[in-house]
Amino acid sequence: MLIRLNGRIAIRLAIAAAAALSMAACAKKAPPPVAGPPPAVTQPQAPPQQPVAPPPAVSQSILPGSQQDFIVNVGDRVYFDTDQYSIRADASPVLDAQAGWLRRYPGVTVRIEGNADERGTREYNLALAARRANSVRDFLVAQGVTSDRISTISYGKEQPIDAGTGEEAWQRNRNARTSILSGAQ
Amino acid sequence: MSLFLYRRSLMRLHTLLVALMAIFMTGVLAPPARAEIEVNVNRGDVQPLPIAVPAFGGGQVGADISGVIMANLQRSGLFRPLEPASFIEKDLNTADIPRFPDWKQINAQALVNGVVTNEGGRLRVDFRLWDVFAENQLLGLTFTASPENWRRIAHKISDAVYERLTGEKGYFDTRVVFVAESGSRDKRTKRLTIMDQDGVNPSYLTDGSTMVMTPRFSSTSQEITYMSLRPNGSTIYLYNLESGRRESLGNFEGMVFAPRFSPDGGRVAFSVARGGNSDIFVMNLKSRSSSRLTSDPSIDTSPSFSPDGASIVFNSDRSGSPQLYVMGSDGSNQRRITFGEGGRYTTPVWSPTGEFIAFTKQTGGEFHIGVMRADGGDERILTTSYLDEGPTWAPNGRVLMFSRETAGGQSQLWSVDVTGRVLQPVPYPGGGSDPAWSPLLN
Repeated sequence: MLIRLNGRIAIRLAIAAAAALSMAACAKKAPPPVAGPPPAVTQPQAPPQQPVAPPPAVSQSILPGSQQDFIVNVGDRVYFDTDQYSIRADASPVLDAQAGWLRRYPGVTVRIEGNADERGTREYNLALAARRANSVRDFLVAQGVTSDRISTISYGKEQPIDAGTGEEAWQRNRNARTSILSGAQ
Repeated sequence: MSLFLYRRSLMRLHTLLVALMAIFMTGVLAPPARAEIEVNVNRGDVQPLPIAVPAFGGGQVGADISGVIMANLQRSGLFRPLEPASFIEKDLNTADIPRFPDWKQINAQALVNGVVTNEGGRLRVDFRLWDVFAENQLLGLTFTASPENWRRIAHKISDAVYERLTGEKGYFDTRVVFVAESGSRDKRTKRLTIMDQDGVNPSYLTDGSTMVMTPRFSSTSQEITYMSLRPNGSTIYLYNLESGRRESLGNFEGMVFAPRFSPDGGRVAFSVARGGNSDIFVMNLKSRSSSRLTSDPSIDTSPSFSPDGASIVFNSDRSGSPQLYVMGSDGSNQRRITFGEGGRYTTPVWSPTGEFIAFTKQTGGEFHIGVMRADGGDERILTTSYLDEGPTWAPNGRVLMFSRETAGGQSQLWSVDVTGRVLQPVPYPGGGSDPAWSPLLN
C-alpha cells in the first residue's frame, strides 16, 4: 500500500515535470513568421468522453496478530485504584481480551510492567507495582495463557506515562502494561 | 578571672547544647498533636554561637579554606559565623595571641585562625581555635595534604572545631552517594553520583543508560550497594569506590531491590519480589549464602540494621497499611512499632547511635520526614511537603538528608537537623534523590 501511494506521488511528480518542460519549450520557440495568412482557427474537438476510472480503493487495516493489533484492538494497559492491586471491574474485559488474543497467537510472549503513581516512597512503590504486574499475570494464567509466556517487572513510580500531577495523572500512572516481547506478526 | 571566663564561656556552649537536647526531648516527649507547637515556641530560643573565622593566611587557598569552614559551621545551625567586614583585628597571625578585646567587642565567642604554607609541594595548614572570653586556646592543630585536597583540610578543621565546641563528633569530612536526576519527569536520566557532603566535587559513577536507585554506604565507606533496574530485571550491585570494581550480588528468582549493608559490612539485607510478594532476605557476603527473614504475604521491604547489627527495622503493610516493624536480624520476634492514626510509614533508617529511627510518613496529601525512638515512641515530625522521602543520617546522628519534590517539579536534596530547626536545600546545583551519607572519612 505504501508502494502504491508512493507510485501515485511519483506519477504526479512526473506530470508536473512534463508540464514544466513543455512550458520551457514554448518559451524557447522562435517567433512565428509574420507574413502569410493566419491559419484557419479551428476549435479543438473535445475528445470523446471516456469515463476515467478512479484509482482502485485501498483499504487499510491492522495486521491481525501484530503488536499494533494488540494495542489498538485489545488494549495493552489496565488501571488500578490507589494502593490497590486487585483487578478492577473495568480492567476485566480488557484482560479477557488480552487472554483471548494471546490464546489465538500462542507464539507470542509478553512482559507485564507494573507501575505506581508518585504518591508513595520508591521502594514501597516498587513492591506495590510488582503486585499489580503479578495480578495481571495471574489473571491471564487463569484464562489459559501458559505462565512460561509471561514475565513481569516492576517500575514502581519510575516510569510515569503522565508527567502531570493530580488525581487524573496519578490514575493514569497506576497501571500494568502488557508488553509484547516476541512472536507477534 | 580567665578561668572564670573560660568556664562561663564553656557554660554558654554547654547551655546551647543542653537547650538543643531539651528541645529535642520536649518535642519527642510531648503528645504528637502538640509537638509542632512546642518546637515552634522553642525554635526562637536557640541562639547559634557567634564565631569569627578570618581568612587564613597564605593567599587565595587560605581564604578558600576559611570560606568552606564558615559555610560548614553556618549550615550546621549551631554556629553563626560573623561578617568578616566587622572584624577589628586584621591580618591575624597564627604565631601571635589574638587581641581578644577586639574580638569581644564584636561578640565573637570563638575565633578560628590559621595559615597555609607550602611544604615540599604539599599544603600545610596550621590552625588555632580560641575561646575569646576566656582568652584561651582550645585547639592548635596542623594538617598536611596534597594541594588538590584543600577542601578536605577545611572539612577536617570544621570537624575539629565542631567537636571541640559541642562535645560531639562532626560530620563535615564525609561524602554523600545519591542519584543525580536530569530530564523531564517521564524521561528521567538517573546517574549514581558521589559528592562531598556540602554538594561540591560531584563525580558520576554510572552513565545514566540504566536506571539506578537507592544507593547505600558500607560502614567502611569504600563500598556502596545499589539497585539497577532494566526491563528484563533488577540487579543489586556492590561497588568499590577505590578500585571501581563492580559486582552483582547474584541472580535471584524474582526482582531484587532495597539493599542495605549490615554495620560490619559483612551482610546485605534486601527485598525480593516474587509472585507479587515482597520479602526480606539477607546474604552473607563471604559465604554468599542467603536466608529469608520474612515470609508474610504482604509487602516487606526497606530493611535497616541497628548499629549493633542485632536488629532490623523494616516496612510492612501486613496490617493493611505500610507501618514499621522491628525484628531480630535472623528474622525472629517481628513486632510492629508504629500505630499512628491514618499515617503511612515507610523507609525506616536506624540512627548511628541506635537511639532513634528516622522515617518517611505520609498523612493525607502530605509527606514528612520524622524521627522516633527505636521502640516507636515519641514520634517527632521534622518536615512537611508535597513529597519528602528517604532520610539518611549524618554519621553523628545530628542531621538528616532526604529528597524533596515539589508538585510537578524536580527532586532535590535537602537536609534538616534533628530538632527540625535547620531545614535547607543541599547546595548541589542539580536534581537528586536517594541520598546516603558516608561514615566519617579517615
